Amino acid sequence: MLKFILTRIGLLIPTFIGVTIISFSFIRMLPGDPIELMAGERGIEPERHAQLMAQFGFDKPLWEQYLIFMGKLLDGDLGVSIVTKKPIFDEFFTLFPATLELALFAIVFAVVLGLPAGIIAGVKRGSVFDHTVMGISLTGFSMPIFWWGLLLIIFFSGILGWTPVSGRISVLYYFEPVTGFMLIDTLLSDEKGAFRSAISHLILPAIVLGTIPLAVIARQTRSAMLEVLSEDYVRTARAKGLPPFRVVGLHALRNALIPVITVIGLQIGVLLAGAILTETIFAWPGVGKWMVDSIFRRDYPSVQGGLMLVAAVVMLVNLIVDLLYGLINPRIRHAR
Amino acid sequence: MRRQLWMASVAIAASVAFAGPLSAKTLVYCSEGSPEGFNPSLYTAGTTFDASSHPIFNRLAEFERGSTTVIPGLAESWSASEDGLEYTFKLRKGVKFHTTKDFAPSRDFNADDVIFSFERQGKKDHPFHKVSGGSYEYFEGMSMSEIIETVEKVDDYTVKFVLSKPEAPFIANLAMDFASIMSAEYADKMMEAGTPEQVDLAPVGTGPFQLQQYQKDAVIRYKANADYWGGKAPIDTLIFAITPDASVRYQKLKAGECHVMPYPNPADIEAMKSDSDVNLLEQEGLNVGYLAFNTEKAPYTDKRVRQALNMAIDKKAIIDAVFQGAGKIAKNPLPPTIWSYNEATKDYGYDPEGAKALLAEAGVSGLKTNIWAMPVQRPYNPNARRMAELIQADWAKVGVEAEIVTFEWGEYLKRSKAGEHDTVLLGWTGDNGDPDNFLYVLLGCDAAVGGTNRARWCHKPFDDLLQKAKQTADPAERTSLYEEAQLIFKEEAPWVTIAHSVVSMPVRNEVVDYRVHPLGGHIFYGVDLK
Repeated sequence: MLKFILTRIGLLIPTFIGVTIISFSFIRMLPGDPIELMAGERGIEPERHAQLMAQFGFDKPLWEQYLIFMGKLLDGDLGVSIVTKKPIFDEFFTLFPATLELALFAIVFAVVLGLPAGIIAGVKRGSVFDHTVMGISLTGFSMPIFWWGLLLIIFFSGILGWTPVSGRISVLYYFEPVTGFMLIDTLLSDEKGAFRSAISHLILPAIVLGTIPLAVIARQTRSAMLEVLSEDYVRTARAKGLPPFRVVGLHALRNALIPVITVIGLQIGVLLAGAILTETIFAWPGVGKWMVDSIFRRDYPSVQGGLMLVAAVVMLVNLIVDLLYGLINPRIRHAR
Repeated sequence: MRRQLWMASVAIAASVAFAGPLSAKTLVYCSEGSPEGFNPSLYTAGTTFDASSHPIFNRLAEFERGSTTVIPGLAESWSASEDGLEYTFKLRKGVKFHTTKDFAPSRDFNADDVIFSFERQGKKDHPFHKVSGGSYEYFEGMSMSEIIETVEKVDDYTVKFVLSKPEAPFIANLAMDFASIMSAEYADKMMEAGTPEQVDLAPVGTGPFQLQQYQKDAVIRYKANADYWGGKAPIDTLIFAITPDASVRYQKLKAGECHVMPYPNPADIEAMKSDSDVNLLEQEGLNVGYLAFNTEKAPYTDKRVRQALNMAIDKKAIIDAVFQGAGKIAKNPLPPTIWSYNEATKDYGYDPEGAKALLAEAGVSGLKTNIWAMPVQRPYNPNARRMAELIQADWAKVGVEAEIVTFEWGEYLKRSKAGEHDTVLLGWTGDNGDPDNFLYVLLGCDAAVGGTNRARWCHKPFDDLLQKAKQTADPAERTSLYEEAQLIFKEEAPWVTIAHSVVSMPVRNEVVDYRVHPLGGHIFYGVDLK
């Protein structure tokens, strides 16, 4: 098992270097530069422009900039945002807990609804339930997120008044964040009602963000179930006279779960990379919106550092998923 | 009955939700984004100024709330020497800086703070010049490092600025955000502690509100400064709830989650007008959207061609289609809310036949040209692409074939500055309410090559008037110089002046005395809640 883990980690190193190269060069390939954008209509003298570019080190050849960037990275220094002048690490880790909290809730929402729906649809293939689930999940998968979010806000917050419109908590609560995770911080604070306020703020964004993963998980579970249910060993189990619940729940599901876990892992990766639209609609202070703002401002250090940190998190999630395969299916870990 | 009960419980729930745990007067502003930081001299974005210079700081002179009139701020009075080269400021006494957890001021505001605030930006060898990245784009952009020769302390409450050349808009410049006054004592203390950048991260000012908490992309919290020299603000707490999407801001306003919001979505304006909880304030913006001809390129070197193309454009149709009514036809390069706006200017009417005749007279036929359309939305031009298409169609009617060109925004600015365009759409939002800030910056000879003068138009009679106005202190005399300049501008037609936008600010009914600021800022000192 240890060897398995080490091989997996070893494979990450070249991937990580690839990511640094891509994240570094990607933002510099876009036309326009940060100084020109900062100056806007007002414009900037060419000398001053050159001076500022030199100050940020953007006048050096690309390979040299990359080597400097990598050198600092080895020291754990990702550089400083050229807009806010704050270290990228600080910027990222103030916002990341918000993204993580929302992503976890969204994925829990998606799994709790998607998995059973997919299983039942698979078992009762061709039934009304099956058609309904597949119809809804196709709709969910193709839902324009911006529109979906606004629709929910207008209905649940505007017309019914059940949920707050946006944000992570009512702005009237005032306490200093400790962990950055609002649910934990509200419990640590002595503000009454803050926890409830935080929960109520999570509902709509989690639903909106979880909609696509929910659809994907339901469809994947259904098709995996269908495949497994037609296997010989399932027929054998049935022939032995095992109760249907044991056949489906134990024999079939365990094998059907492998592709489903892959999909869930990929979806978590997608959500952690920042739910740009959801964060924008719900004014959710996460990394997705921060990355997009940084791209628009051509804030090179923020974009390259942010992309790298996000990639690192996604790789970590993939590693965990890989290890989970081994746990669920011993054949995978013994194959090596 | 059941329905009534239900309504009552909703109303109670709602009032509890809005009252929240704080009982003091709390005003919530749904702002559009995060500030870049809290030192206004380091940045140029309006969002940053809303969160920093307006609530936290003061300047020697201030703009009166809701107008471009300059009034005394931290300086009680000032006087200029005969030659316009020396300005002496008498400073206000008894002004207190904020007390924070890291800093308790031992003295009141005085001349040292003024000198610190200007020398940090202007003197390259000042110990604070390079702190926090050290780029002072507004200070540089307003040419302050060239204009200000020295800042001298006459006594604790008198400061003298010596200028290198007469500059009539100088006082208005000092009321701008970048000229905010910071505490020299705090700076010294932070330098000693080895954390000079704290001065910019944990701001200490003299303003009506004190920063309490900032959570990036989420919330900014201020408390009213009880010792404020102008009297404590009527509200106790000011909160910025950062909400990037305009339609969501409106939903929050409707739900009572905030009291004031900026930049509504034009599509929501109609609904706001009929919303009984919301009061839609409107004011003409201090901006101008224009089409500039590249006057260095033939045939735009000929003013008849420029005039003809002016006549060929149906501005009314543009205002209706592009601004959806939230705009006003521009006839001068100055917006009408600025002093010295020339009412007497006669605009070119929409006259395709006249345009054709004038083009023929200039010997131009079968002209092929381009129209550059900005890739971004601006108050002075909410949809440049659409505007370009309308102009293209208008020009086609007089036999001019135009191609629409666009680039990424940074690239657009760079290339148009280099003069690669035939005609370009752009605009300007005023900084200080002085006509010089429009006319000289956008049309002066200094800016004509590689600068902000996109028409690359340098016309001596016009430029002479501007130079003279810069050196004249008397407002009446300056007014007549600028009025004359506007007539020359119209006759020479380096631009098609297109529109001034109308700024809409929805506020909830319980908000008392919110005033739309013509310079674009959002200011909450003086605002109350019912």
